[in-house]
This record gives sequence, C-alpha cells and structure tokens, in this order.
Amino acid sequence: MDRSKLAFVVAVFALLAAWPLAAGSYGVDLVTKIMVYAIFALSLELLVGTTGLVCFGQAAFFGIGAYAAVLLSPAEGASLVWLLPACVLAAGVYALAVGALSLRTKGVYFIMVTLAFAQMAYYVVHDTPFGGGTDGIYLTAKPSLGVLDLDRAGVLYGFTLACLAGTFVFLGLLLRSPFGRALAGIRVNEQRMRATGFSTYPYKLAAFTLSGAIAGLAGFLFAVKDGVVNPELMSWHLSGAVLVMIILGGLGHLRGALIGAFAFALLQEFFQSVAVFGAFAKHWHLGLGLTIIGCVALLPRGLIGLPARWRERLGGRAFARAALPAAEEAAR
Amino acid sequence: MTAQVLLRGRELTRRWGGLVAVDRVSLELERGSVHAVIGTNGAGKSTLINLLSGEIAPSSGEVQLLGSDVTHWPQPKRARAGLGRSYQRNTIYPSFGVIENCRLAAQARRQQPWGWWRDAARDESTLAAARDAAARAGLTALLDRPAGLLSHGQKRQLEIAMCLATAPEVLLLDEPLAGMGAEETERMLALLAELKHGHAILLVEHDMDAVFRIADRITVMVNGAVIASGTPDDVRASAEVRTAYLGDH
Repeated sequence: MDRSKLAFVVAVFALLAAWPLAAGSYGVDLVTKIMVYAIFALSLELLVGTTGLVCFGQAAFFGIGAYAAVLLSPAEGASLVWLLPACVLAAGVYALAVGALSLRTKGVYFIMVTLAFAQMAYYVVHDTPFGGGTDGIYLTAKPSLGVLDLDRAGVLYGFTLACLAGTFVFLGLLLRSPFGRALAGIRVNEQRMRATGFSTYPYKLAAFTLSGAIAGLAGFLFAVKDGVVNPELMSWHLSGAVLVMIILGGLGHLRGALIGAFAFALLQEFFQSVAVFGAFAKHWHLGLGLTIIGCVALLPRGLIGLPARWRERLGGRAFARAALPAAEEAAR
Repeated sequence: MTAQVLLRGRELTRRWGGLVAVDRVSLELERGSVHAVIGTNGAGKSTLINLLSGEIAPSSGEVQLLGSDVTHWPQPKRARAGLGRSYQRNTIYPSFGVIENCRLAAQARRQQPWGWWRDAARDESTLAAARDAAARAGLTALLDRPAGLLSHGQKRQLEIAMCLATAPEVLLLDEPLAGMGAEETERMLALLAELKHGHAILLVEHDMDAVFRIADRITVMVNGAVIASGTPDDVRASAEVRTAYLGDH
C-alpha cells in the first residue's frame, strides 16, 4: 500500500474514532450501522472484487450471523467470548456448504445458485416458527464481556469500529499474501492458474467460507445493535444492496467497499430525509436508484476512480486514457 | 547415451460426438530434444496439447509423465509434477506486472496457502525463480511493466517465462512464434534451442522454416491422425506428407 492510500485509510479511521465526540446519539447509531454495512461490504469484496466470484446470496450469511446471535443468547445475556465466535462459525459453516456446491458452477449459474441458497435460508426463517416467522425475534439481553457492555451505544460503536479495523487490516494482509495473490490470479485468469499448477477449487472455497464468516460477523453486530432480527436480513434485496455498495465504491479495492458502504447509506439517509424532500421522502427509492445509476454510468471504476478522473481532466487526456487503467490495475 | 522419455502419449483419442479430433496418436518427448507437431488448421494439434496437459480428458488412451500414469490426474496436479504449457492465444495476467506474472507461476510450486501474514511481493524464494525465468526469456528490462502493455512478441516471451517459472521438466508450447516479426522469431528460436538442454519440448508451430530448423523429430497430423513421424529429413522426404500437407509449398 503506498503513502496516499495509507493516509486515506488512517484518516478515515481517525475520523471514525473521533466521531462520537462530535455526534449525538442519532449520529452514533447511524455510523454504527454504516460500519456494520462496511464490514459486510468488505466480506463481499473478497469474493467479487478479489476472486471474481459474483455472489448474489451474501445476505444469507449476514442473516445467519444475526439469527445465531439472538437464538443462542440465553435470557440473561451471553458472554461475547463464545457468542461472537459461535455466530461467525455458524455463518462460515453454511458458507462452506453453499460454496462446496455452488463453486462447481461458473458465471451466471454461480450467481443463480448462490441466490437460490440464500432464498432457501430466507424461507426457512420466514415460513417456520423457529425464528419467529415474519415478525422476527427480539434479543432480550445484549452480550457483554466485563466492561465491554454492548448494550451501551458508545461501547457498541467502539467495538464495531474495532471489528471494522480488524477486518480491514486482516483482509489487507490476506490480499498481499501468497493466498491473496492466488485469488487475484484466479480472478484474472483461472485457466492459466490451473495450467501453472494451482488447484483453484480449494482456494475459491476457502475464500467463500472466509467471506461468509466475515458476513456473519457483520450480522452479529447488526443484531446486537438493533436488538431484533427478521427475515428481511436474509432477503435478496440486502444481497443486492451490498453488491451495489461495492460497485458504487469501486471493485477491486478494500477502500472501495468502505467508501461504497458510506456513500450508499448516506445517500439513502439523504433521500429519506423529510427535512429535505418533505412528503416526497417516502419515494426515496427513486432518488437513490437514479443517483446510483448516474454514478455507475459516469464512474465505471466507482467512486474510488474519481481522483484518477480528475487527473485525467487536468493532465494529458490521451495519455491518461491509454496508460491509466492498466497502470491502476497493476498498482492494486 | 539413451535419451530419457519424460512424457509419453499412447493411442490418445478424443471424440467430440461423431468427430474424432485426435485419433490414436502416440508420441514420446525426450529430454534434450524438440518434438514438433505440424498439421493444417483443425488437424487436432491444440486438442493433442490439451489432452497431454490435462485440460481435457481423452476418450481413450494413456498419458505417462516421468514414468507415472497421469491419465486421470487433473491439470493442476500434472503441472505440479513438472508439465508446463503455453497457450496459442496469450493467457497472461494483463493487469499484473511482468514480475508478478512470473512470481505467481513460481508460487504454484511453493503454494504456502496458509501463510496469510506473509507479503507475497517480498517472498524471496518465488521472486528469485521469477527473476530467473524472466531473465531467461529476455524480459529483465521490463519486470515492472504491466503485462497488458507489452508488445505482442514480448507477451509471447512472457508466456515462456511463466512456463519456466514453474520449473517444468516438459514444455508444451502452442505456437510460440505466432504473429512474431523476423527478429523476434530469431530470438525465440535461440531461446528454444537453449531450453532444449534439460527439458523435453513439444512444439506446435505453423512456421515451417522454423520447425525444420529447430526440431529433432517431427510428427505430421492430418484430420486428427498421425500420417508421418520421424527426423526432419524423413518427414521432408515422405511422399504422404508431400501430398497431404507440404504439397502447396
């Protein structure tokens, strides 16, 4: 990672750490939610942006992490020490099973099979009393560990921030490791990877399982934050939304997932704002959708490509066109 | 000294429905020699390479690599056992630098999938193999260039370098000279002549002058079957080859 990227990441995390000093309870709650989405988006970035596997069922792993948090919690509240790993493990195990089967397919078939597995999980919680059906279930007592009481908004904020930072650093290290380079090779040219001697299936399965486990972490945090889970957490809308986040931010960059999660959630907040749009705010889907279409049309490399676009405008246009995409890719 | 057979195909056949793409082809690749396979478009040369490398399974027949029967081995396993191949159309990683293209190939031999904290770009063992392979293919000056920005000839050199980085015993090269200029062709032929020592090379190539200059053995295929096999002089003298293939030369 070069200096400017590192500076960006450090600045983002410093701002996030300072945010509760400036913001009220609404602001803290909002950014907690966005950070959970950012972890979720990072999990999908590992699959889509790094390995080239377009998974359209990521919400299932998120939802399983969330449901596990509620279903496993005893009435008096659980200890973080075992509840968090249990939720991550539950999502990871489901991802291992889904991945083992769906990774036998490619391209559009893979998209459809992952969607089908997610819908399967969705209907299990939607149509059976096991998870409270369509109403969902409440988390009666939030998990804690000593002074780390996640029932307090400030503590939950700090804990979520730590999880986000941990996930970001972990994935950053992973992507530069031999394992991560192999995943990148699979994205760019899987046939060549096989010809040089990589059995690509175990690599993809490991990435898929890991991605599901990280999505489970995000789901756990979401359930603890909201104190309630419902089947919508596993719906394809959420799988689609998280895909839009990473595309909006810029595929192929961990920072893209971070930027995308913030951009998506803040845009949604903006278009839902009655103060700005009055009665029209209830049609917020329209404004959000059009803005995203506009962004993707004008910025094919995502928001993260914006500085390069500006440089292109200012400096030699023809040169930038020819050299930038390849050089930028190479710098990844 | 008897030459050591590194790769042996026996009675290899591949059918696509009613079409017999490769019809009972047998051939041997020896260490220290270049075995060229020539034939018109559609003669089954690329399919033969795919059968030998494990990309597709044969309908019948057997492949032996370094004395082991590898007919049922998947391609990655054969590659790890020392079978390297290049492709007719460039299959490099265009967005990666030249050095990373080679390093990733070298990593195939030492995969270390669990060293998640290690920085691959500073992994000396794979980097050394990558630099060495790039140097042998004449790419030392271009190590940091994104592979997608190389000239066509340089991409062909990179194909070979990536092959070499996996430290193979056997090289299956699918038209390494395709689309190359005269000077680039000379450089590639010099490289092949050098690689011959220590490797067994299968060369599929359309450039007849090059083939007759460099090959130690030539196998001629027509419609999936071998019609002649022998030294360049034998093949040149063969009446069947003249009518079937060299007739228009």
